[in-house]
Amino acid sequence: MPKREWMRALLDSLEWDEAEAPKPEEEGHHPLDRLLRVDRLPHIWCPGCGLGTALTCFVSALNKSGLDLDKVVVVSGIGCTGRVAGYVNVDSFHTTHGRAIPFATGLKLANPDLKVIVYSGDGDLVGIGGNHFIHAARRNIDLTVICVNNFNYGMTGGQLGPTTPIGARTSTSPRGNSEFPFNLPHLAAGSGAVYVARWTTLHVRRLERSLLRALQKRGFSFVEIISPCPTLYGRWNRRQFYGGQKPSAEEAQLLGLQMLRYFREHGVIRHGMDPKEAAIELGGPIVEGVFVDEERPTFLDLVRAEAQAVAA
Amino acid sequence: MSGRGPLQGEFFINGDVACAEGAISAGCRFFAGYPITPATEVAERMAERLPEVGGIYIQMEDELASMNAILGASWAGVKAMTATSGPGFSLMMENLGLGIMTETPCVVVNVQRGGPSTGLPTLVGQGDMMQARWGSHGPYEIIALAPTSPQEFFDLTVRAFNLSEEFRTPVLVMADAEVGHMTEKVVIPPPEKIPLCPRRKPKVPPGAGFRPFEPGEDLVPPMPVAGEGYRIHVTGLTHDERGYPVMSEEAQDRLVRRLVEKIRQGRDRIIQVEERNLEDAEVVVCAYGISARTAQWPLEQARREGIRVGMLRLITVWPFPEEHVRALARRVRAFVVPEINMGQIALEVERCAAGQAPVYLVPHAGGGIHKPDQVLAAIRRAAGRDDGGG
Repeated sequence: MPKREWMRALLDSLEWDEAEAPKPEEEGHHPLDRLLRVDRLPHIWCPGCGLGTALTCFVSALNKSGLDLDKVVVVSGIGCTGRVAGYVNVDSFHTTHGRAIPFATGLKLANPDLKVIVYSGDGDLVGIGGNHFIHAARRNIDLTVICVNNFNYGMTGGQLGPTTPIGARTSTSPRGNSEFPFNLPHLAAGSGAVYVARWTTLHVRRLERSLLRALQKRGFSFVEIISPCPTLYGRWNRRQFYGGQKPSAEEAQLLGLQMLRYFREHGVIRHGMDPKEAAIELGGPIVEGVFVDEERPTFLDLVRAEAQAVAA
Repeated sequence: MSGRGPLQGEFFINGDVACAEGAISAGCRFFAGYPITPATEVAERMAERLPEVGGIYIQMEDELASMNAILGASWAGVKAMTATSGPGFSLMMENLGLGIMTETPCVVVNVQRGGPSTGLPTLVGQGDMMQARWGSHGPYEIIALAPTSPQEFFDLTVRAFNLSEEFRTPVLVMADAEVGHMTEKVVIPPPEKIPLCPRRKPKVPPGAGFRPFEPGEDLVPPMPVAGEGYRIHVTGLTHDERGYPVMSEEAQDRLVRRLVEKIRQGRDRIIQVEERNLEDAEVVVCAYGISARTAQWPLEQARREGIRVGMLRLITVWPFPEEHVRALARRVRAFVVPEINMGQIALEVERCAAGQAPVYLVPHAGGGIHKPDQVLAAIRRAAGRDDGGG
């Protein structure tokens, strides 16, 4: 397909609904500006990166949630996604590498009136911070955890991560990765999360709806966002995104869009599927959907129940 | 048991329990920890007591998580503490730095045991004193207190909370296994007799132009917390007064200089020592924690032998009481430093004595306390007396 044609096809497939589109409230202001620290823009993310899209979906969901923004807190770790905390106009904490979840745990337990959201990357949340991830899910701490998965460590220059598919090349797996990656929905569900979903940054409406649902849940809710990293992961694995062919120089310049096209062609929506089956393999389908949506008492529910039982 | 508030009266309890009660009396209402000998009793007591005073106890998955959880709790406006020993203290170092960088009040207790590594879990050590000072990366100042008895473990835990609020920084209580596990009489004063330092809150309401890291005269900025509407951004990156990251040499100099200076210029309010028989002293035993107690009999014995010896007991270890040591070095013959490590605080005494008086280290690798004769022999040597070949 000629380049322009598939770009148009791609844009048409974005489920864009004019009626739903935000309207400028006044000249020069975007209606979502109030949710962003506009004095910190432009952001640091690369052209073609999915983080801007993921952030827009998040602030749109936040906007629709009706939550009191003075009681909303965003906590990030370190990495490209870790910079989200610096751009949202709510109380926000940019913590150390891997430690966003325990920091958020302290915030939430010390003031249960807060709505605490952890927004970080795959390397941060399930690499260096993996232990905190599984234990917070196990305890069912009332947190919404949003993990942007770009399959590599972007901030440091594209190294192998805990989600890098077998065979994928990175700067520290130049001959192809030989480690099995985590399947994040399976990990979250197995650890006890009450809400588990996965979307790509192409599926913006569905992603936004999932984020809204996650924000409304009580307990440990988890949304994985598959995001293109054309600068690093995409460049190292370019052929994969062009159907195994070496792209021309001109085509290669559109790698960011080509990765979205890949998401469209490989994205398979399977709500309610056993997340065990949702592992991502190089060149294979990207299973999306809501895998878990259930209720379970939170840590604080159980602490309060114990306290009442003692008092009675 | 339920419904008990802060205790008052006389109790026969061990140091770890006294520490927990000190925290309760100081208004601590959040504890995150991980079991570790010989600090476990602090966590156990907090697990029992915090629900009685409306607080939260959570046992985290490790000490990295514990340290971060208390930082988070502090930013939710609650006084928070964790307690650990050597291996866990090592894990806390990274995020102790986050606490310093983000100016987060909290208290970290280290009941020291023998190291390095797993070392001697049940036996005493004082080998983390330099780690307390320099263990996290980067340039910083830290406040650390060293109790010598269960009573002082209570008192200094209260004081640690007050200093952490006054200077907006994590404060370390560097106890040891002997003080932690020793059971003695502890007097807990009535609440109105325990002065508490409240959180320093912003005087202006939330609104545009509020700069959360704008310091006052004493270089300590007031602290808004999450949920108050200030819409703060807090980062471990080098930041400006707005809290926004700034990657420049100038911003780094401005921030780090202030973080260091706020402690340095507060030294007089922080530093606390006990001076015993120093008026006529020719030899000064400089000690802290349990080692100050083991030095007591040797001190008395040396006096009986006609050696004019006194003690400088460090209650505040960091910032180091430099002026006290400097002043003594000008007029005494020598220092003796018994400590349960191979020489850490002795290095500081040596630095401040600056060649004006020799320093006799009495090292101990850990696992026990000094034998009185070891300290006495060092005092005799320091006084120029023959120690009988010891």
